Amino acid sequence: MSAPSSIYCVSAEFPGHEELIDAVKRAREAGYTRMEAYTPYPVEELPEAFGRGRTAVPLLTLIGGMIWGLGGFFMEWFAMDIGYPINVGGRPYMSWPSFIPVTFELTVLGAAITATVAMIALNKLPQPHHPVFDLPNFERASQDRFFLCIEASDPKFDLTATKAWLETLRPLRVGEAST
Amino acid sequence: MADPFATPGDKSYPVTPLGYPARLLEPDQTFESVNRTIEAPLFGKLPGYWLPGFFLVSAMLLMFLVAVTYLIWKGVGIWGINIPIAWGFAIVNFVWWIGIGHAGTFISAILLLLMQKWRTAINRLTEVMTLFAVMCAGMFPLLHLGRPWIFYFVLPYPDTMGLWPQFRSPLVWDVFAVSTYFTVSLLFWYIGLIPDLATLRDRAPGKWQKVIYGIMSFGWRGSARHWQRHQDAYLLLAGLATPLVLSVHSVVSFDFSVAMVPGWHSTIFPPYFVAGAIYSGFAMVLNILIPLRKIYHLEKIIPIRYLNNMANVMLATGMMVAYGYFIEAYMAWYSGDIFERYMMMNRAFGPYGWIFWALMLTNVVIPQLLWNRRIRTSPLGLWLVALSINVGMWVERFVIVVTSLHRDFVPSSWRMYYPTKWDWMVLFGSVGLFLTLLFLFVRFLPMISMTEVRELTGRKEFEQP
Repeated sequence: MSAPSSIYCVSAEFPGHEELIDAVKRAREAGYTRMEAYTPYPVEELPEAFGRGRTAVPLLTLIGGMIWGLGGFFMEWFAMDIGYPINVGGRPYMSWPSFIPVTFELTVLGAAITATVAMIALNKLPQPHHPVFDLPNFERASQDRFFLCIEASDPKFDLTATKAWLETLRPLRVGEAST
Repeated sequence: MADPFATPGDKSYPVTPLGYPARLLEPDQTFESVNRTIEAPLFGKLPGYWLPGFFLVSAMLLMFLVAVTYLIWKGVGIWGINIPIAWGFAIVNFVWWIGIGHAGTFISAILLLLMQKWRTAINRLTEVMTLFAVMCAGMFPLLHLGRPWIFYFVLPYPDTMGLWPQFRSPLVWDVFAVSTYFTVSLLFWYIGLIPDLATLRDRAPGKWQKVIYGIMSFGWRGSARHWQRHQDAYLLLAGLATPLVLSVHSVVSFDFSVAMVPGWHSTIFPPYFVAGAIYSGFAMVLNILIPLRKIYHLEKIIPIRYLNNMANVMLATGMMVAYGYFIEAYMAWYSGDIFERYMMMNRAFGPYGWIFWALMLTNVVIPQLLWNRRIRTSPLGLWLVALSINVGMWVERFVIVVTSLHRDFVPSSWRMYYPTKWDWMVLFGSVGLFLTLLFLFVRFLPMISMTEVRELTGRKEFEQP
């Protein structure tokens, strides 16, 4: 039996992160692949429990910082050597040690802006509405409850069977959300 | 570390083998009690102090606006500055405010990387203190320009006259350092705030509050993928802010030490300015935190031993600052330079000598009270010592700026500097701006990170000795 097309996911609600991590591990053992957890604080064990790799944020931050830093240094060299050279007591125009503070500041600025923008863009935010917001009691996912959602796009998904299986994890509640 | 509330053998406050408190919150805290305590100032009844207090601080802000309007109308001549003392209160206030800003980043970034979990109760408030202090700081160099409406000349922009800023000048470095510092602090603060805004969206009693917090939270839903990227970005920003916080006050100190004025031209300046910045920042944190903790009953989330930790940081950085004063005097003598030696003698025994000794009293002598555990654990005593340090750090900048300048190399150029009423109005007016913003922040945004305190509540392993 395939899932009705209007269902987005079924969820199980847990009171703490340990129960959630345990549920994720068991769901993977049961063969579910397309699922997501929603928690009121970051649970650092979850990416490993899901078998996910690292995010792209650190690499993008490195690239962003390098572009801004090198660009800043180039700008200073251009300004002081070509664009608007000022002879100060015969000292060299390309006086690179005095360009370092601004280069450093621009590296940090570029990396910080990249990290923030990358985090928000990769998370596809701002996104005012998402199907999971329709899950019963989901407003507590930002307060004190931990949700595991198995999505309808999972090949093993079956509305009745998946819900019955989630009940075996002994959650506080099982719910469903439509797209 | 000795901790007055965590001694070995005390069952309600277990300690780790190294003597650190093993439990960070009071034992009876739950997710719900944490959420309720932190949201109370936002959704609860307005405390009785709020409206009269807000009236007072916004009157101070109004005074600032009057002073600045008149300044722009008449020019910087309304201040007490002259030649050779071209840098007066404006630069003193700038350095003072930017120094105060440093504790925020120190607490949120450096203590995060050092995994000092006690920071979670105070990091949000100190971050916002940083933002507001840097806003106050950033205005003073612009006002001191004399023609603040063309401040953008210091930025590299496609100028039709083909001009560029002078990138070899510490004053241009300052523009980049301060604006980077403000931007990074803002991003760091907002990234940390997003999950809390989602909590407020879900808990807000009114529809409008839900809508506004919902928009501000970007539709955060706390999925594991989101958290993973969020934590990566947060940690990276902490790593980036750590060298940044050390660089900002170093660059500010270059404004002085790159010049050849006796009393400024010194290699001790960068480390001594950074230590002083963290010193005054922690003092300002305590001056704000102690009343708020009392008014909003946050004693369970900010136990007194956190105040003790902050007092210890103040004691350590205060000793570094005192060492800086000593080395300055020693180097003046050891250099053998008559101008340096004269500057030091004049600083201590010249016409501004009494201010120098006021500095020694407020910034070196009174903070020694912090060696006493009873002072460190008494909110009122700590508040008074912190106030003395805040005054002392302002006086320090006055001593550095004014006494170094007022005796120029040629005795015919010697002048005295007396602040006018407009100088004082700008100084106290900027305090009004800072406090007005703080009043609004406390009412509309959570002053403690709900997410991080919830994590402390949920993670029992943090409590294992």
